[in-house]
Amino acid sequence: MRFVDEFRDPDLARATLAEIRKTVTRPWVLMEICGGQTHSIMRYGLEQLLPREVELVHGPGCPVCVTPLEQIDKALEIASRPEVIFASYGDMLRVPGSGMDLFSVRAAGGDVRVVYSPLDAVRLAQQHTDREVVFFAIGFETTAPANAMAVEHAKELGLENFSVLVSHARVPPAMHAILRSPDCRVQGFLAAGHVCAVMGYWEYRPVAEQYHVPIVVTGFEPIDILQGILMAVRQLEGGRAEVENAYPRAVVEGGNEPAQEMIDRVFMVCDRKWRGIGNIPSSGWCLRPEYARYDAELRFAVSGIAPQESELCLSGAILQGLKKPPDCPAFGRECTPEAPQGATMVSSEGACAAYYRYGLSERATASPQ
Amino acid sequence: MCLGVPGRIIEIYEHEGLRKCKVDFGGVVREACLDFVPQAEVGDYAVIHVGFAISLVSQQEAQETLNLLRQIASVEQELGAQPSGEVRP
Repeated sequence: MRFVDEFRDPDLARATLAEIRKTVTRPWVLMEICGGQTHSIMRYGLEQLLPREVELVHGPGCPVCVTPLEQIDKALEIASRPEVIFASYGDMLRVPGSGMDLFSVRAAGGDVRVVYSPLDAVRLAQQHTDREVVFFAIGFETTAPANAMAVEHAKELGLENFSVLVSHARVPPAMHAILRSPDCRVQGFLAAGHVCAVMGYWEYRPVAEQYHVPIVVTGFEPIDILQGILMAVRQLEGGRAEVENAYPRAVVEGGNEPAQEMIDRVFMVCDRKWRGIGNIPSSGWCLRPEYARYDAELRFAVSGIAPQESELCLSGAILQGLKKPPDCPAFGRECTPEAPQGATMVSSEGACAAYYRYGLSERATASPQ
Repeated sequence: MCLGVPGRIIEIYEHEGLRKCKVDFGGVVREACLDFVPQAEVGDYAVIHVGFAISLVSQQEAQETLNLLRQIASVEQELGAQPSGEVRP
């Protein structure tokens, strides 16, 4: 496939790896923000090919992973109502809430449907005017314009039976939270290419400056990731801390303006709880008051939710790059993709699921103690 | 959700006030909304997320990135570097 195969070329990968080896003189810790990048790194075995001086820790950019437990419990409660058709991206269905998941709700008779796009949920509302259609609007900056557009489109169509359960997260405040942690080991970031395709990368300049960390906008193919690592290592070795773009074929500095306008029209910045991490100020989006009638939380008055997390799961530390999946005593034992204890094992973009899938359970890949 | 790969726009049409298209991902055709990339034309490659094009792929930028890396590769070759390790799959 065009723009895919060229960026998986083994010769270019070898040459870029050789250049990284030539550049690096001492240990550096880089964090890839996005779960899609973690998945690519595991799939192509990039960690094993890098010189041992370059350590990758895996960031919080897995939308399914960071959706807070109480939002999942609210989803389960709403989805159990007989009048509701609950529409969700497929990878949310297996995410365990405090007691069950959306699959179990469906098995118990709930009308839970998987949609590919939020516009599919709007179409469900058009087709089933006698039912309440609720869409689980989760994700980062990549899904926010689409989810906002679905609300706007439902408004234009005059649909009264459509609402959204919002759990949107924004990357830059999470980077602040990671960098402020006294335990932070991250010295440079590979920023998530598609988040930047929407938002641009101007927001990262103050972060790079304030914490003196290089931030390189990075794509998802193996060559993209290796190039991002090379640019970050060059900066670190040269004492620089700048924002650079290793993914210019899809990202421009200002991002996608029509998409940003749609986000601003429908959503406003709010504090948001991240599963496993806790509350991060200004790290989310919620509906603006003008769109309150599309807010499923208000429409269904879900309350009395007291979420209970698994006591075994280390996903909070993993999402912050403080631990790696093999550090967890439950990894591959009590916790597997078939019986996930926590969010990082559930989503295919979660670090634990990626390690499990690509067989990286050896202690050799664990973080240094 | 975030594993968007670029697809080729093969048909553009209007539906309920939205600009939509058919996108070909190496043989698999899906529908996507083009409202965030109004400049898109048939033949363009777009990054698609949850049914929305969020970016058009710049062929020129892609070529420049590849040229840069190929330059590194040719220098490595001239220096006779023997990088170890294989890239899989």
